[in-house]
Amino acid sequence: MVEPKVTVELAAAHGLNAEEWARLCTILGRVPTYPELGIFSVMWSEHCSYKSSRIHLKKFPTSGPLVLQGPGENAGVVDIGDGWAVCFKMESHNHPSYIEPYQGAATGVGGILRDVFTMGARPIANLNALAFGQPSHPKTPHLIKGVVAGIGDYGNCIGVPTVGGQVFFHPCYDGNILVNAFTLGLLRADKIFRGYASGAGNPVFYVGSKTGRDGIHGATMASAEFSDQTEQKRPTVQVGDPFTEKLLLEACLELMEQDAIVGIQDMGAAGLTSSSFEMAGRAGSGIRMELDKVPMRETGMTPYEILLSESQERMLIVAKKGSEEKVKKVFSKWGLDAVSIGEVTETGRAEIFWHGEKVVDMPVAPVSDQAPMYDRPRKQPSGYEEQRRLDLSALPDFRDPEDALMRMMGCPNLSSRRWVYTQYDQSVRTNTVFGPGSDAALVRIKGTKKAVAMSLDVNPRYCHLDPYEGSRLAVAEAARNIACTGAKPLAITDCLNFGNPERDHVMWEFAASVEGLSSACRELETPVVSGNVSFYNETNGEGIFPTPAVGMVGLLDDVDMRVPSSFQELGDVVILLGRTRGHLGGSEYLSLIHNIEKGTPPPLDGAKEKTLIELLQLLAKERLAHSMHDCSEGGLMVAVAECCFRPRGDDLGASISLQARGKRLDGLLFGEDATRVVASCSPESAQRIFDLARERGVEATPIGTVIPEKLALLIDGQPMATVSISELRARWEAGFPSLVSRL
Amino acid sequence: MKTAVIEFPGSNCDHDAYEWPLRLFGKPPERIWYTSRDLKKADLVIIPGGFSYGDYLRCGAMAARSPVMEEVKAHAERGGYVLGICNGFQILCESGFLPGALLKNRTLSFLCREVVLRCETADSPFTGALQKGSLMRVPIAHGDGNYYCDEKTLRRLLGEERVAFRYVSPEGRVCDEWNFNGSMDAIAGILSENRRVLGMMPHPERASEALLGSSDGAAVLRSAAKAIDEKNGAAKNG
Repeated sequence: MVEPKVTVELAAAHGLNAEEWARLCTILGRVPTYPELGIFSVMWSEHCSYKSSRIHLKKFPTSGPLVLQGPGENAGVVDIGDGWAVCFKMESHNHPSYIEPYQGAATGVGGILRDVFTMGARPIANLNALAFGQPSHPKTPHLIKGVVAGIGDYGNCIGVPTVGGQVFFHPCYDGNILVNAFTLGLLRADKIFRGYASGAGNPVFYVGSKTGRDGIHGATMASAEFSDQTEQKRPTVQVGDPFTEKLLLEACLELMEQDAIVGIQDMGAAGLTSSSFEMAGRAGSGIRMELDKVPMRETGMTPYEILLSESQERMLIVAKKGSEEKVKKVFSKWGLDAVSIGEVTETGRAEIFWHGEKVVDMPVAPVSDQAPMYDRPRKQPSGYEEQRRLDLSALPDFRDPEDALMRMMGCPNLSSRRWVYTQYDQSVRTNTVFGPGSDAALVRIKGTKKAVAMSLDVNPRYCHLDPYEGSRLAVAEAARNIACTGAKPLAITDCLNFGNPERDHVMWEFAASVEGLSSACRELETPVVSGNVSFYNETNGEGIFPTPAVGMVGLLDDVDMRVPSSFQELGDVVILLGRTRGHLGGSEYLSLIHNIEKGTPPPLDGAKEKTLIELLQLLAKERLAHSMHDCSEGGLMVAVAECCFRPRGDDLGASISLQARGKRLDGLLFGEDATRVVASCSPESAQRIFDLARERGVEATPIGTVIPEKLALLIDGQPMATVSISELRARWEAGFPSLVSRL
Repeated sequence: MKTAVIEFPGSNCDHDAYEWPLRLFGKPPERIWYTSRDLKKADLVIIPGGFSYGDYLRCGAMAARSPVMEEVKAHAERGGYVLGICNGFQILCESGFLPGALLKNRTLSFLCREVVLRCETADSPFTGALQKGSLMRVPIAHGDGNYYCDEKTLRRLLGEERVAFRYVSPEGRVCDEWNFNGSMDAIAGILSENRRVLGMMPHPERASEALLGSSDGAAVLRSAAKAIDEKNGAAKNG
């Protein structure tokens, strides 16, 4: 095969601009070869190099007493005590999932699992945050079905439970859905593996599946906008094989038990190129590889294709010299390829050969960590101030909240996600204490009393109205969800989904969001330990809402202190912790009932949030609360209704009595003031809870009692509404299946 | 009772099956790799759930033809005890130990949720500690759990009381609504002719601790331990 001539035009077709072309020619001192151009194009793609985001990401707080590994590795690691640590990360697979929902979502799960087990951790929990277009869009049901089946089939087969997540619907995702996959793994704190290619002479092993032509330029695809021609990009989507990944997982963990590995990294985006360059780059080494030794699944592949293939279920291992046979033996037991394709060198250069001919000879460091960095122009979006002005005076308050509550419970954003999560194995590995449907998932750590809590959160509508405050609210809600189980929030990972960074308003949103996440993480003392940026979430020039998904991890020292989210006992007192002002800006209620998406998101007082979160942990520790449930999207009435629904369907009810004090009823019932929790406790414990709350300056109001069968509402002592819980549940359960049954 | 857990490439409930006797009796089972021909003198062989060989071709089809299954067959023919859970049940059907087949769930999707099982016979080593008609809460997690057999086989299974468990409502009634995967006659588990081989789709090993929501599943393993220990004791004394 004749390789194309490398020119500035060919570089442009690879997504490199004239400035970047000049820079790479300077680094090499000559025009690159075709494989070298391929390497530059993926390594300097937005997806791999973070060239538009790095300058902002530096602002994240990334350290803390428990952080064992912060950003920059395959995943973050946090100490949970007794010699144990958890490793976690979240990653986007948005573009591939829109093009081919089943394989796109499946390989997203596969990729994040590898990022975690490459650190030496056994994956014990998966979560996912999904965003789809409006349910009435013709593609939406097909995309939901494909994505959910893809996530399920991959995680189910490999045997890692999917224990939680979120699904959000909005027309801004009509042409660009979001699939953010999170994995948490467990490892010994003193046995962390990293992506280091060090020690000249150490062999470089290629392990796992064979290389094919799939996924070539996936990273580059993820670094450009979509158009109507997107269908043509289908061949850039990889195909997942969870069975092989299961074998790879077991083989890697088995080899890690032996003293054979110097460094290990997943071949994810940009495949062999990024894994080899990043590993050598971190260690300051050079690397020599013979591409003709790479196990291939098809004939006639070129060096360029082998370097850029994103075939799944492959890893690169730098082994200790002399342990070659150990590596081969373990992988042969699991029926997988393990081939030494080169070695670590002292040259600081990547030298890559094809049947004896040197096809790549370039310095590692400038490619891996001196990628271009841009401080792209930022400008507040036009109409930003206008969309934040909300005049409620023209909007009539309601007299009858029943109808609104019924509609809210069955709506796309608030209805039960059972249709989704019953397709996920939630209980394999026998650790799941709280699964999907709980405020946060809770997974116990065998051999200890501990449990790890996890929650993924973001309200994209808030972030659209105010990317700074919206991002702060995402961190706060995630932390509150963690604390509702009784756990202490420890750290976050994030997945920052934005539009085209070359547009100044997108960059403005991004910078504001990073500032917001940073400020909330500082206030709540939850550092950022890993994460991912996904730009170019646009189709035909229409960007998505800024969507910084936050994945929070917390620790419960004693699993016996856990608190469920639903009501437990008839006669229990229902307490609202936190203050209700009736904030309607950006609320689900305004959007659903009045089709208004305006105003500002609810204000967040970080100090008050922290106090509330500490109080929740205390209530759990002293075993005072029978249930605790975050009050956020949908407001107080939706939160109370959710508390009535119990996992086995043996639902309870509540009699709720509120004081309006002249406030709007819609704001009182469906306003989304932050920093609130609906708790329940025995009548004997109530006073103690009020005392503890008062000492800490947390407003605590008794708002009712747990009763059977009904949700009854009194306002200022007057009966306002009575709905049957079974009717409410029927609405809540029917909402989601009705969205997907249109196909 | 000595137990062994078979591990195939792609088994993923092998850890759970391994920890089950360990948690209940403090006795770790033997782990048997699929290429082995030594069952380590186990009384009870557990074939765990998962996706052996990725469930490629047909669920359980390739595992049924692996070397270790010849030994399991010989073990069963000697009157040994075998419990196949989920993928293990599929493997037992594919191996011909048990009649019938597990088809795709009628929803055409994977289903993971807690179900209610009714014990249909106390006359087996796996249900001896249960009352006929008693209910258990146990999770299912499968894509292909829709039990099917021909009419003649069904009549025989019913006639010989070889249906061990059925999917029922929380009140204990067989009804379509609670037969999530669409199994024929709501069958969740069946016994071999000599009643020493049980295949079941639900996961009793995942329901053996109150912390995880239910400990009802422990009765299956406790029953087996009692039956086997009694038999071994009788053999020793006799």
